Amino acid sequence: MIPEVGHFALILALCVALVQGVFPIYGAAAGSPVLMSMAKPAARAQFLLVLIAFCCLGYAFAEKDFSVLYVAANANSKLPLHYRLAAIWGAHEGSLLLWTFILTLWMMAVTLFSKHLPEAMRARILGVMGLVSLGFLLFMLTVSNPFERLIPAAPDGRDLNPLLQDPGMVMHPPMLYMGYVGFSVAFAFAIAALLGGNLDAAWARWSRPWTTVAWCFLTVGIALGSGWAYYELGWGGWWFWDPVENASFMPWLAGTALMHSLAVTDKRGGFKVWTVLLAIMAFSLSLLGTFLVRSGVLTSVHAFATDPKRGLFILVFLAIVIGGSLLLYAWRAPRVGLGGGFDLVSRESMLLANNVLLVVAMGSVLLGTLYPLFLDALGLGKISVGPPYFDTVFVPLMTPAIFLMGIGPLAQWKRASLPALAMQLRWAFGVSVGTALLLPFVLGKWTPLLSLGLLLSLWIVTTTVAHIRERVSHLVGNSLLSCLAALPRAYWGMVLAHCGIAVFIIGVTMVKGFEVEQDLRMNVGETATIGGYTFRFDGAQEVKGPNYIAARGIFNVTKEGREVTMMYPEKRLYAVQNQAMTEAAIDSGLLRDLYVSLGEPLEDGAWSVRLYHKPFIDWIWGGCLIMALGGLLAVSDRRYRLAWRRERAEAPEALQPLEKGAA
Amino acid sequence: MTPRKKRFTMIGLGLAALGIASALVLNAFNSNLVFFFTPTQIENGEAPKGRTFRLGGLVEAGTLKREGDGLTVHFVVTDTVKRIPVTYKGILPDLFKEGKGAVAQGQLGADGTFVASEVLAKHDENYMPPEVAEAIAKAKKSGAQSSNTLTMSPERIKP
Repeated sequence: MIPEVGHFALILALCVALVQGVFPIYGAAAGSPVLMSMAKPAARAQFLLVLIAFCCLGYAFAEKDFSVLYVAANANSKLPLHYRLAAIWGAHEGSLLLWTFILTLWMMAVTLFSKHLPEAMRARILGVMGLVSLGFLLFMLTVSNPFERLIPAAPDGRDLNPLLQDPGMVMHPPMLYMGYVGFSVAFAFAIAALLGGNLDAAWARWSRPWTTVAWCFLTVGIALGSGWAYYELGWGGWWFWDPVENASFMPWLAGTALMHSLAVTDKRGGFKVWTVLLAIMAFSLSLLGTFLVRSGVLTSVHAFATDPKRGLFILVFLAIVIGGSLLLYAWRAPRVGLGGGFDLVSRESMLLANNVLLVVAMGSVLLGTLYPLFLDALGLGKISVGPPYFDTVFVPLMTPAIFLMGIGPLAQWKRASLPALAMQLRWAFGVSVGTALLLPFVLGKWTPLLSLGLLLSLWIVTTTVAHIRERVSHLVGNSLLSCLAALPRAYWGMVLAHCGIAVFIIGVTMVKGFEVEQDLRMNVGETATIGGYTFRFDGAQEVKGPNYIAARGIFNVTKEGREVTMMYPEKRLYAVQNQAMTEAAIDSGLLRDLYVSLGEPLEDGAWSVRLYHKPFIDWIWGGCLIMALGGLLAVSDRRYRLAWRRERAEAPEALQPLEKGAA
Repeated sequence: MTPRKKRFTMIGLGLAALGIASALVLNAFNSNLVFFFTPTQIENGEAPKGRTFRLGGLVEAGTLKREGDGLTVHFVVTDTVKRIPVTYKGILPDLFKEGKGAVAQGQLGADGTFVASEVLAKHDENYMPPEVAEAIAKAKKSGAQSSNTLTMSPERIKP
């Protein structure tokens, strides 16, 4: 009964989405306030309906209703409750439901925080989002129904893939989807602007916080996925340039470019056409990513058994959304106008260069991800693109981007002076080059990449200090502290996010430069030393989990004779799927991770073992978190709240007074 | 500079940057393509010597041997028609099993042994890498099936 309620709620949601996608947009074009006012209640109704459907599926999992095909395929009576609930998005059908649910959640948020928007604008935004949701609901109801019954019911379920039975599964997909789907708001803003034909600075200021919040979620989602792969797959890697990872990284690159381009549109009214194109791109890549990952064209844990009907639907949907919005863009973009001019050396030109580099980087990832699929589809052979490709492409593309990142915030809008910039940054340059050249010798090893990585992160930090100093020097205040406090939060958000990149680069550089990985055979009582730490293998014992049995290795770790920690890596065998799983043991620290995982049992209680020493690896994810925090800090800036309040009183037109603000 | 000149400089710089970037990308792309070959193709001499490629097929049952160091393993990958011996030093992924599909990346040695630098994990017990399923289907279609290479009935292979 409950699954049928969920199914019925989805059907109703489809009807509501149809209403929401058609009437408000038509009403905005025809100037009918009645039709436009339908957008808000429709969006809220849709949110409620999809929420009901989502809860129904959750209930079926919680109650172990194995008469629902999807539940029987992805859960088991022995699976703990939290993983049964996470199993909602454990496979194709449910993850689409999660996607749609999050889309309606964002819609709900738009209805709550759009009081300041003109009625037509809001109607168009919600209408566009309704159309996207229409596509997803249609997809679920026709070829991918999570509520499909299994008659007769299975006595027990097939269990969730053991790889997914992990706390990462609870957090990573919802975060990632919040990011993916969040770009639908920026997309809807862009389409609404194209439909309405007016795209001014106010438009950019409205869409900025939405874009930034989505970007923050996406950043955290990607970082969580990377961390999960690091400890769960048991190979100690944190990024594999796997097509699935690329699928989430491409919208991130486009979204990063979009945030910066929106800054120019907001502050200077420039880059309008480009901003709209980036908004379309970011969301199209999110859609492409979702479908690439979930459709089964890629060989990965994220891919599920495929049904050709689904593939076709997906292709048609992608073609309609991407093709349709690009057509609209080609038709309407010329009306939008180009915005103000700027000099060759100016903050605009640097942000433009940053945008071009990010988009080229995105394009190179797209090429490496899609080219093998195209070749395969055309029957021209099977290839894959190795990780070295991405490494060789990314370093030279990101190096100038990060160099500009240091200069950009100091440069003036419209026209900057190169000699003046050089004067302001000479200390930053000297300090970072000097340290980057000398530090590797102190650390005991020099490679070009090590120096480059250190140079880039130091450059970010030193230039940040330089421009904070520059900004404070313009303020009249009692003390340094009050001056710093007077700087707007949007500015501090930018500073924080940029420093997050520096932290991230330090992590990557140090891991690449100094990690030690060793696969070896260890007998009971044997010791091995890596990175100054001595690991003693004290044998393995059998332990029982709720739905698995495991061999648990015991490792005693010492450094210079002093005990550091005990580590217990496991090799689990999940009974239902008869699948072995490696659970690595990790001792995390600010400066290093120790990583032990069990390979296979050999004779006489010996095991093959992986021992890794990974310096600074947690800085990689720490850097991502700092970036996301920076984004949130920027969103909390009072200029957005003030702008909202003011615009509710007045007409939403005037350009924000030109302050030399945060980009 | 006049606005006109300025615009041309900017467009010129942009195009130059884009040109350099694409040259870089395409060059890196070309040198990092990894091709996939089936045992039959390798036996026919289609696989390149001295270049890394991927080999896919089933791990023939009963062929997995471990050396004394506990790390070096030998096994045979077959597409049910032809078989290629593989050597790998390292820890095998969790889902590596005899009789199941596997993909190995490495180079072909002079003695015809495939020296793998990486053995790729699949993620699900019932999941067959599409490359492997196709390799087996192709081999079955094209080849006279020699019974001595077949240790498991193809019906049991779930594509």
